Amino acid sequence: MGEAFLRRREASVLVVALALVVYFRVSSEVFLSHDNLVNIAQASAPGAIVAVGIVLLLVSGEIDLSVGMVFALAPFLMHYATDLYGVPIIPAILLALVLSAVVGLANGLIVCKLRVPSFVTTLGSFYVLQGIVLTTSHAYPAEIPEAAEGRIRSWLGAGDWAELIWCLVIVGIFHVVLTRTRWGLHTISVGGNLLGATEAGIKVNRIKIGNFVITSVLGAFAGIMEAFRVHTIDPNLGGGTGVTFTAISAAVIGGTALAGGSGTVIGALLGAVVLAELQNGFNLIGISANPFFLILGAAILVSMIANQYLSRLRRAGRT
Amino acid sequence: MSQAAEVHSPAQRPAQAEVLRVEHLAKRFGAVTALRDVNLRLHRGEVLGLIGDNGAGKSTLIKILCGFHQPDSGRILLDGEPVVMRGVDHARSLGVDTVYQDLALVNELSVYHNMFLNREKVRWPLLNNRVMRKLATEQLASMGITNIPDVGVEVAKLSGGQRQAIAVARAVYTRAKILLLDEPLAAMGAKEGAMILDLIHDIRREGEVSVVIIAHNYAQVLEVCDRVNVLQHGEITFDKHATETSVQELTELMVAEYRAGRTGRLRR
Repeated sequence: MGEAFLRRREASVLVVALALVVYFRVSSEVFLSHDNLVNIAQASAPGAIVAVGIVLLLVSGEIDLSVGMVFALAPFLMHYATDLYGVPIIPAILLALVLSAVVGLANGLIVCKLRVPSFVTTLGSFYVLQGIVLTTSHAYPAEIPEAAEGRIRSWLGAGDWAELIWCLVIVGIFHVVLTRTRWGLHTISVGGNLLGATEAGIKVNRIKIGNFVITSVLGAFAGIMEAFRVHTIDPNLGGGTGVTFTAISAAVIGGTALAGGSGTVIGALLGAVVLAELQNGFNLIGISANPFFLILGAAILVSMIANQYLSRLRRAGRT
Repeated sequence: MSQAAEVHSPAQRPAQAEVLRVEHLAKRFGAVTALRDVNLRLHRGEVLGLIGDNGAGKSTLIKILCGFHQPDSGRILLDGEPVVMRGVDHARSLGVDTVYQDLALVNELSVYHNMFLNREKVRWPLLNNRVMRKLATEQLASMGITNIPDVGVEVAKLSGGQRQAIAVARAVYTRAKILLLDEPLAAMGAKEGAMILDLIHDIRREGEVSVVIIAHNYAQVLEVCDRVNVLQHGEITFDKHATETSVQELTELMVAEYRAGRTGRLRR
């Protein structure tokens, strides 16, 4: 029954996503053209990848606001490694991912060992990372390393469908991780009943810290791909809070509760697609970008109210 | 209760080997002394009732015996061997399993996932849900827990008694040598309470597993237990066979403590 509810929540986002396709196709000839589908894919993929990590964290009862800044920092780390220290491009990318993992590890340790709430911890690390990005880059954009041009750049982001394919692979893997592995089961347990999970012998800190690391690495990977796609490393990549908030919105619209214990990775992907469709479609039919935020806000509120209502129904159905 | 009388007769219950012995156990939480000097023994196949006021340290004692807390001083011996329990998993590997007062169930997970929580059957890298579902169904059936229609149902949808039954079934399933039950009868209806009591009777009749059970209902304690210990102010102050004491004696013991404390306070 619970799974049926989750599935239904995913289904409702899917219905919204499809309805938007129909609506925008009717309003605009070019909505389903190849070029525009590429646009939508590229607009939804980075947010969806970050949202996968956010879902894991929300399910385990935590949140990461700093991931948007990891998104901006990671391509700079790659750039510094190659252009200042002469590291070859592939090791440089891996180094950027590892350093981002360290950021996640630090977030997780502060939350779990020093018992600072994750909202505050990652708010702090958000600004620390922003300071690092702006200081080291002098707030100027940088070029993509020469060595990455060509195949690496197109495979890791610049190709038409590259971001979408990576996104689908990541969503697929983490959907299985969350629903079919011990890690996923323990993530749900930690978020659903922290004391109970501890009593059952689950190493709850390991689970939480691990999910912080996963989120940071996913954020870094998405950031590097986005830099390759737009062909520049911008200190304001993703607009700082932009990526974080888009990812949280996608997760929430997709049916993941902030209370912990339940969530869906596929829902988050659909949530990200809905957001991208809205932004893209509004552009096409000539509505200014400003009402987009109105719709976004309303969508978050409506989906959260629906979630509350559904879980109240579920609780009532217990006896 | 004729069955209880027959089980209680000494001839039927020869002195068994000590499976658990606790010596001079102490535990403090900051300024609060939860356990002062606890000495306790448990024989093979024995059901030991542990009673005491709220805050006497019963749950702390259970949580030390199951590896959740570490004692500040004192020794724990399993089968005569001193052991240091490093954690819940370690205690479980030594044959000690627990049903916590709060049951440690995850509402969002199915019955069978809860029954295998942290000891999941895995066909790497995936969970082997089919096997867990089958084993959970069999275990519940073998324990006579028949009022749970489907082990795939979320625990959130179960009644208090059903949840309690799941938690007990989970601990029994591990084939533990020592079972610690922290208030397994709290907040249960008469029918569901009877189900748990029957389970404990069954365990006792088999005589393989030793049980420590915390309870507040003295009549129930006397019904299912071989021996009764009273924990007061962090020490075991009373140790008698269930046949040698009565509800009145236990009640008077607890009330006397309350009266003594009251007059003491008044005098001060």
